[in-house]
Amino acid sequence: MAKMYLLNNIFLNAADLQTLQDSFLPLMRGVLYYTVPLTLISFFIGLLLAVITALFRISGVKLLSGIARVYVSIIRGTPLLVQLFIVFYGLGNLGIEFLKFDPFVGALIALSLNTGAYASEIIRASILSIDKGQWEAAESIGMSYLQSLKRVILPQATRVSIPPLSNSFIGLVKETSLASTILVAEMFRKAQEIVATTYQPLLIYMEVAAIYWVICFILSLIQDQIEARLNRYVK
Amino acid sequence: MLSMTNISKKFGDLEVLKDISINVDQGKVIVVIGPSGSGKTTLLRCLNVLEQPERGEVSIDDQTIDFSQKVTKPEIRELRKQTGMVFQNYNLFPHLTVIQNIMEGPVTVQKVDKAEAREVAIRLLEKVGLGDKADVYPYQLSGGQQQRVGIARAMAIDPKVMLFDEPTSALDPELIGEVLQVMKDLAQEGMTMVVVTHEMSFAKDVADEVVFMDGGYIVERGSPTEVFENPQQDRTKRFLNLLQH
Ligand SMILES: Nc1ncnc2c1ncn2[C@@H]1O[C@H](COP(=O)(O)OP(=O)(O)OP(=O)(O)O)[C@@H](O)[C@H]1O
Ligand SMILES: [Mg+2]
Repeated sequence: MAKMYLLNNIFLNAADLQTLQDSFLPLMRGVLYYTVPLTLISFFIGLLLAVITALFRISGVKLLSGIARVYVSIIRGTPLLVQLFIVFYGLGNLGIEFLKFDPFVGALIALSLNTGAYASEIIRASILSIDKGQWEAAESIGMSYLQSLKRVILPQATRVSIPPLSNSFIGLVKETSLASTILVAEMFRKAQEIVATTYQPLLIYMEVAAIYWVICFILSLIQDQIEARLNRYVK
Repeated sequence: MLSMTNISKKFGDLEVLKDISINVDQGKVIVVIGPSGSGKTTLLRCLNVLEQPERGEVSIDDQTIDFSQKVTKPEIRELRKQTGMVFQNYNLFPHLTVIQNIMEGPVTVQKVDKAEAREVAIRLLEKVGLGDKADVYPYQLSGGQQQRVGIARAMAIDPKVMLFDEPTSALDPELIGEVLQVMKDLAQEGMTMVVVTHEMSFAKDVADEVVFMDGGYIVERGSPTEVFENPQQDRTKRFLNLLQH
């Protein structure tokens, strides 16, 4: 009896296929309107924050490296979910119009800040991994600090940082699902809504998992391309 | 032309250069020898201010930097433009092709027009015997070839003095000759050079003066014949003996 029940639930019948078909478009709408933009925009802003933070950290100026340290420490030391709630519910509750964010903007802020902190550590480590001789060679032909950084160090650090940054990026795709908790209509929230009407949690959440996996798989293919391009100058 | 006067340099409590003075006339070649840790690299690095001495003066042509005063970055960069540095382990830019390596200084720093910089770079590459390697990456070259690119890169900024820090000591023996030959050619063309090397044949053929350093001091100096054939100081004698074995 129990065995029959399990089998019935694992194999897809016609009704299941219909449910999958009906849910696919709404889910993809969540992907295209929210999951993808949220990922791309917050990764872009996060990277900018990360480069600035990393440069602050290695600047040798106490005030700047102090700011960078505090920022990284706070973000890394607290859960992303809590950060999302603080930005959206917390700040939104202050009664200051300016701090009442739209869910999408709230998610963008929290995800960017989060990405910025983690990626800054990656970028800092990549910069420090470049041989000191490269700085000296750059200086010896008369380059300033910024010229050395831009022309010699960062291009090489980029190559080093691509694998870990790709990891962050792929992680970010999945972390956008947390935005469901602050009412962003991204894919996972859509899925929850569909489950509430179809009562098919296994089916729908498996479908969602498959879509996340396909996205991440495509991203890892793109990562391979980028790595191959940047590795052209190493043995 | 190039002079270093009463230079002292400390790393923490360790005094690495003790009141060093040298003077190189236009077109002359000075070879610096000495045991490991004697301060040879530091001396070169003070000459183009990769290291800042505590005291003393460096001057090239009519520019003088007095290190007992506050030294500004533009001053340092100005001095660096007069010197080309060749490193022991080449330090080529691995992400740039050979010709891009050579053009980098002129284009980025001196704002020379790209086409013009390219012409100069090609001429330099031919001079170091690598005319056919313009578009390869450094990793595709042998050590000797990489070092010759290193020399071309340093020459590209049109320096008045070339500094070499053990340019052949990372090379397999059969590759040393090609690099020394390029350096000899440079010397013959009248380039002013300060060379840290233990290649005796090069020193004997090319050097106008040999300086022996030990423990941060210049222990002995003179013509190659004087220093090599007839050293006055015991420390020099001992060091030369070690080199021959
Ligand atoms: N950045 C630094 N910080 C601290 N100590 C240093 C630094 N650079 C060099 N030293 C020390 O200064 C001394 C002289 O070093 P230097 O590299 O000038 O010697 P060298 O004559 O070039 O030796 P080698 O033949 O091994 O290259 C050494 O004792 C070295 O350990
Ligand atoms: Mg040395």
